[in-house]
Amino acid sequence: MFDSITNSLKSALSGLGRGGKLTEANVRDGLAEVRKALLEADVNYDVATNFVRRVTEQSLGERVLKSLRPDQQIIGIVHQELVNLMGPTDHSLHLRKDGLSKIMMCGLQGAGKTTTCGKLARMLLEQGRKPMLVAADLQRPAAIEQLKIIGQQIGVPVYTEDPGQSTPLQVCSNALKAAKADSSIQVLILDTAGRLHVDSQLMTELEQIDRKVQPDQILLVCDSMTGQDAVNSAKSFNDALELDGVILTKLDGDTRGGAALSIKEVTGVPIKFIGVGEQLDRLEPFHADRMAGRILGMGDVVTLFEKAQQQLDQDEMQAQQERMLAGKFTLEDFRKSMQQIRRMGPLRDIMKMIPGMGGMLDQIPGLDAEGDFSRIDAIINSMTAEERCNPDCIDRSRRNRIARGSGTEAADINRLIKDFGSMSGMMQKMAGLSMMDRFRAMKQMGDGGFFNPGANLQAAKERSKRGPADTRAAADKKKKARKDAKKQKKRNR
Amino acid sequence: MGWFDRLKQGLQKTRQLLQTDVRDLFKSGEILDESHLETFEARLIRTDMGVAASGIIVAEVRKEHLGRTVDLDAVWATVKTTLKGLLKGAEGQTVDPNRPLSPLNLGSAKPTVILVAGVNGVGKTTSIAKLTKLLKDNGQSVLLAAGDTFRAAAVEQLTLWSQRLGCDIVTKPSGSDPASVAFAGADEAVARGVDVLVIDTAGRLHTQANLMQELDKIRRVLDKKIPGAPHECLLVIDATTGQNGLIQAKSFSDVAKCTGIVLTKLDGTAKGGVVVAIRQQMGIPVKYVGVGEGIDDLQLFDPDQFVEALFGDGV
Repeated sequence: MFDSITNSLKSALSGLGRGGKLTEANVRDGLAEVRKALLEADVNYDVATNFVRRVTEQSLGERVLKSLRPDQQIIGIVHQELVNLMGPTDHSLHLRKDGLSKIMMCGLQGAGKTTTCGKLARMLLEQGRKPMLVAADLQRPAAIEQLKIIGQQIGVPVYTEDPGQSTPLQVCSNALKAAKADSSIQVLILDTAGRLHVDSQLMTELEQIDRKVQPDQILLVCDSMTGQDAVNSAKSFNDALELDGVILTKLDGDTRGGAALSIKEVTGVPIKFIGVGEQLDRLEPFHADRMAGRILGMGDVVTLFEKAQQQLDQDEMQAQQERMLAGKFTLEDFRKSMQQIRRMGPLRDIMKMIPGMGGMLDQIPGLDAEGDFSRIDAIINSMTAEERCNPDCIDRSRRNRIARGSGTEAADINRLIKDFGSMSGMMQKMAGLSMMDRFRAMKQMGDGGFFNPGANLQAAKERSKRGPADTRAAADKKKKARKDAKKQKKRNR
Repeated sequence: MGWFDRLKQGLQKTRQLLQTDVRDLFKSGEILDESHLETFEARLIRTDMGVAASGIIVAEVRKEHLGRTVDLDAVWATVKTTLKGLLKGAEGQTVDPNRPLSPLNLGSAKPTVILVAGVNGVGKTTSIAKLTKLLKDNGQSVLLAAGDTFRAAAVEQLTLWSQRLGCDIVTKPSGSDPASVAFAGADEAVARGVDVLVIDTAGRLHTQANLMQELDKIRRVLDKKIPGAPHECLLVIDATTGQNGLIQAKSFSDVAKCTGIVLTKLDGTAKGGVVVAIRQQMGIPVKYVGVGEGIDDLQLFDPDQFVEALFGDGV
């Protein structure tokens, strides 16, 4: 996410530093590029222009230009301004301590309201509250069905009425009654139909629901891929309903997310959550500073830590670490830890949160980490318990059997075992380090190119394709080394 | 109401915004200078057509009119011609409004297979319903295949539409392989001898490699059953989408070889300018536009008419 902004900013800013000395003129040029990058990223025109103006003003002072690393200073200013643009954030839903809280969701068609309702309900469940979903979208065919299914999946009651017999207003007020009658319900989530902000009839309907139900929170669901129009629709919804927050959806795509930067600035409504995947657990609180860091490619270790805390089985990790220290890390353990990592989400996203790793990914575009993970998983699954604990016992016949069982080739298995051997050595070293040092060590390994044993699986395959060129080069090199050594010997004599 | 009126009505909001904006900007009799152009460019960028396409139009206006007194009509003419040129592309797309099916490559052998793809929530299923109506109104028999087996109740949504439209549908339980639905659809279409098979797919972000591969698999399976299928692959794009639309078009084209675009939700204030960028950089033409929630609100896209409706005088 936000890759393209990051790259454009980086190239614009690295252009700043290259001339050796920064002058007013080349700062202006560089920042003009930044403005273009922001516009290409769908940041609202006015917001982009003002943003660049503010950064330019601050960057042109003596203090910055004469400082030791002016380009770093400017990145700092851009970071701070990005944070100001998107923050301050507030991701509390301000739910009542006792009694019934009401949340109303609204937005354009196809923004992801119904899915987000489900995600929100799931999150509330996790926090120990009891939500109820209300299907007030009578417009779209099967919208009620969709909410019902989502309700079933997460185990939350869904209030529905027959769309032919009712109106959204009726559904909402009846749902309110039903929720009040059942004292166990703590939060009511209204899923309204998608509507265009220029459709005055439907907007009036929303206002009516607002007056009747008096929701505690009105949240706008906004598709992060929206272009320049995002601001218009957010404004109209805010004028009609006084929004309490915005949920940005579909941030897992490669959208440049200009909408994220513009909405807060133009409407003053804070972004509360972001949706980062289709599964119902893919809803995260929004943090302006972390997002700014991600935009600038600074990584986001804090979120990574939180994710790790949430998703990883701490006891299991502890046990593995002990085995690692003792040098008893087996393929079975390897498979388990791999599964734990996969629970945290796509590897690509995780890597991006580690400072310095984001750029690395671009250098290996063909890297299909998920695929490699599955392949490794399949290989290990095809091994017997004995083979997993003691990979040395795998002979040719066993190897062929495993290859057949996992749909891979014998060479793949050899490579995995070899990689695993070198990796468990490293792991043993790493197990003693603190979390932070471990990241650092991982980054060093990454720079050296052997972070992911799976990545080697494929890279090695490709290398073999253009084999001859490489062997010749290697032979030449060897020859030269021999010659040099001879010369050296002569000289030493 | 004629289709041109409907298009005009749908575009009304867009036009009002663009016209009042630009009317205020260029006043007859004034001298056109750089500051005017800069503001004009800003307005164009607001239509989401992107920095590159806006740049081309502004450059054209600059070349023709900079430093002269503003002749409103002449400036308009320049803007219109440039925009039309961008939308028509190199081969000069023309459209016959009396033959609403003309943009579709209806294969000589039955059935013609139309695959519909796009990211989440752009209006694929609704567009399919509208397209089916259009096909049926023009004497084609249609079979639907509910290939969105992922999203909750997506199959039900399309089934409801098929009941309303009175056409047959092939479904499989939620969670089954979409390629198998496509295959069953193709099987059924051949058996019944229908004219057109329309296949729905689940919304997918173009960054999800495995889902894009799934789309490729659907293509392969179709081609195996009916050689040459799918004859049309329509990419549905939401008019509110910004520059990301360009990347969407690119990634979907790489996998599914899109033959055309359906631009939806054009009845809001969004201008769908991104199609200008897509046409300019990718060469994929817009074939239909969605201009409302009604079942008849799918219009043939004609660059000339579109630009005229966008800039035309009066209602």
